[in-house]
Amino acid sequence: MEDLILRADNVSYAYEDSEGMAVRGVTLGFRTGEMTAVLGHNGSGKSTLAKLLNGLYIPTEGHVTVCGMDTQEDEHTWDIRRSAGMVFQNPDNQLVASIVRDDVAFGLENIGVPSAQMPARIETALRQVEMLPFIDRAPHTLSGGQKQRIAIAGILAMQPKALILDESTAMLDPRGRREVFDTVSRLNREQGITVVWITHFMEEAARCDRVVVMDDGQVVMDDTPKAVFSQAERLRAMRLDVPPMVALGDLLRARGLPIAHEAMDVSAMAQEVLKCR
Amino acid sequence: MLKDITLGQYYPVESPVHRLDPRVKILLTIAFIVGVFLVKSLLGFLPVIVFIVLAAYASHLPLKLLAKGLKPLRFILIFTFLLNLFFSPGDTVLVHVWRIQITLEGLLTALRFSARLIFLVTGASLLTLTTPPVVLTDGLERLLSPFAKIGFPAHELAMMMTIALRFIPTLLEEADKIMKAQMARGADFESGNIIQRAKAMVPLLVPLFISAFRRAGDLAMAMEARCYHGGEGRTRLRILKLTRADAVATLITAAMIALVAVIG
Repeated sequence: MEDLILRADNVSYAYEDSEGMAVRGVTLGFRTGEMTAVLGHNGSGKSTLAKLLNGLYIPTEGHVTVCGMDTQEDEHTWDIRRSAGMVFQNPDNQLVASIVRDDVAFGLENIGVPSAQMPARIETALRQVEMLPFIDRAPHTLSGGQKQRIAIAGILAMQPKALILDESTAMLDPRGRREVFDTVSRLNREQGITVVWITHFMEEAARCDRVVVMDDGQVVMDDTPKAVFSQAERLRAMRLDVPPMVALGDLLRARGLPIAHEAMDVSAMAQEVLKCR
Repeated sequence: MLKDITLGQYYPVESPVHRLDPRVKILLTIAFIVGVFLVKSLLGFLPVIVFIVLAAYASHLPLKLLAKGLKPLRFILIFTFLLNLFFSPGDTVLVHVWRIQITLEGLLTALRFSARLIFLVTGASLLTLTTPPVVLTDGLERLLSPFAKIGFPAHELAMMMTIALRFIPTLLEEADKIMKAQMARGADFESGNIIQRAKAMVPLLVPLFISAFRRAGDLAMAMEARCYHGGEGRTRLRILKLTRADAVATLITAAMIALVAVIG
């Protein structure tokens, strides 16, 4: 239990203006250094879960703990939010300042980092997302993927332990999506930052360490991508799909070809297919 | 087309004026404006002209750029000039045609008022041309921060300006998009009289407003997630420090105002 950086214990949450529960009795732990995908169709409660994980929403029932701090306790709010940084969906609506440098500084200013330390932290954060050359640019001149990387840098500057990305690639073009995913996955590998990657893109989920599937406010599956995607029928019943390469693998296996279950992206699949010759 | 509008008119070069403390620049601009209002005769504009030319030279700004700032004002300028020319009381009649007469006093007043307007605008442009909007906001916040003690929302005002600066291009872009979408469905924004054209803007403004509110909600959530909790305990990226250059600039401005006061 010690290395669970984010924990939800029997958490339920209901929005004020609706009678139903958006999240119902979720118990879930995120281990330090793990990259977890949270899948689910619209209204499955995955976005609500994200906002519960850094204290933007306070559970109606149950407890969420971040690095050992309970989100129910007001005095921890700011420590929780700097420990579990959050990146949102719309790249246009989360940047505050009209210059990249000032935007990355925004979080640092809020948590009271001394002015003298800011430039170094801003540069490090921008280097981590490979956006340092854009430090003096205005956000509206950047592409969607670049804006999301600036948003990530703004969080990284606060030196968080965990990064929660709430469908941060949903509004991007395929190239921007790859840019952002690769950046986050590299941060996870190299810096050991815990990542909660909320998405409805199966290809992205396939590349995470672990996949959590939510449906109707509950966690219905929680396993390795391989184990989750081997249950194609069950996923389809929840209006989810398996990644295209997993579907292809299933079809090929049905025809008797020895394709390994691990082949979940195009290059791995190509390798497997070539082996069959 | 709306996208081409550039925000502010900051002219990015390295110069001693660009490096001045924004607080000092704001205060000196106000002092300059007061100075311009002190001018009573045409001769009094001499120190003002010298000051503007010196300042433009020290800021590495082409004078042409300053003149360009006057272009949107040309109708007001002409109007001011003509109004004062024809309607100022005076005895020394220069021209008399039918009921209209131009007097020497009228001509001088017209020149004085036009010159005042020209210098007010160029003085203010000097500030915006040499200071990036973010720095200007910073300076304004810190100038006003003493008044925060008596309840003046200095930080909130600066934050609003920052967000406005950030979102103006975004909203312009969106307005452009909505306009094109409406035009593709047969909306007509260009023909008709003023009232018809204003009416045609309704289907543009309604979605724009709705989207702006949605953006505001998103942004508020994102700001909270980034630990924003008002101005209290906040540190700033930029450290503003007064230098000798600020003292020199203040002295020069003071000298100009003193000269203006003496000449009258």
